[in-house]
Amino acid sequence: MNFQVNEVRQWIELTNEKIQRNKEYLTELDQAIGDGDHGINMARGFQEVVNKTSSSEYTSVSDILKDVAMTLMSKVGGASGPLYGTAFLKMSMALKDKDVVDYNSLVLAIDQALQGIIQRGKANEREKTLVDVWAPVVKFLQDRTTFHADKLIQVAEKAMDDTKDLMAIKGRAAYLKERSIGHLDPGSVSSYYLFQSLGEAIKGGS
Amino acid sequence: MSYVGIVLISHSVKVVEGIHELVRQVEKNVPIEIAGGTDDLEIGTSVEKIQNAIEKAYSDKGVVILFDLGSAIMNAELALEITGYENVKIADAPLLEGSYVAAVEAGMGKTLEEVVKTAEETRTSNKIHS
Repeated sequence: MNFQVNEVRQWIELTNEKIQRNKEYLTELDQAIGDGDHGINMARGFQEVVNKTSSSEYTSVSDILKDVAMTLMSKVGGASGPLYGTAFLKMSMALKDKDVVDYNSLVLAIDQALQGIIQRGKANEREKTLVDVWAPVVKFLQDRTTFHADKLIQVAEKAMDDTKDLMAIKGRAAYLKERSIGHLDPGSVSSYYLFQSLGEAIKGGS
Repeated sequence: MSYVGIVLISHSVKVVEGIHELVRQVEKNVPIEIAGGTDDLEIGTSVEKIQNAIEKAYSDKGVVILFDLGSAIMNAELALEITGYENVKIADAPLLEGSYVAAVEAGMGKTLEEVVKTAEETRTSNKIHS
């Protein structure tokens, strides 16, 4: 497994491409059970991230992750800003002073990101939030010793699909109560793009 | 004499501008700062705007933050963590009613704890009395 500055760049760029391509779709999902700005917010935030990271030089994975975090926090606007921002900040902190990021360090960093999301959003599993994608992904990664891109993407995709049957407890969708059942959680869909891209970025780099 | 400062956060600039104007009618001395919308004035909230508002409203008496919906609290907490402010509390109260009574209480020279408590009481107080 290779996870260096270049892989982080690829990760972010692939995520941005998917979000830009699915901007309308994310917005439709959010119109069904939220305030309808997830696609717009994420597209704006990740475009700014790519603008920032592609015009900067980095010597460590931690540094580039920090820039991603700060950009998302200041540019997204909706709930996904502080949530994804916190996730990347926690990853940056977990990988500080690491010259080489091995599998265990990466898993630890993603787990820290999940803990950050839980703490920031005060959400638990099964509440129809992005935690419902992040938590199964972390568990899957922890159960293994090497990186497996295809399996990771499958796990994330299934976790995303499983949010459809849940009733929202947190976020704007919670106001809809049982009417939120039957719709995918937009944050879980964008989190799926993130993990799909992580799989592709690391696979491509190895 | 310094007063507890008040920061109003809303996803909409117009909402906090309107509330600010309304509250100012009854309370002239208390520092009231607003953080509405994103950096581009779109619907949303901005950590940076919240930080700036807290800084401006801050005195040794502290600051109470009132917010409108869900994600605003995440950015408020983030702003507090980044800046490391002490003596700043987020009130779990309706934005309009909470801001109104918070400003009145702060104007009477009450402590931060008292202002927060009174603001939070607006959650359960009746608006129609029979």
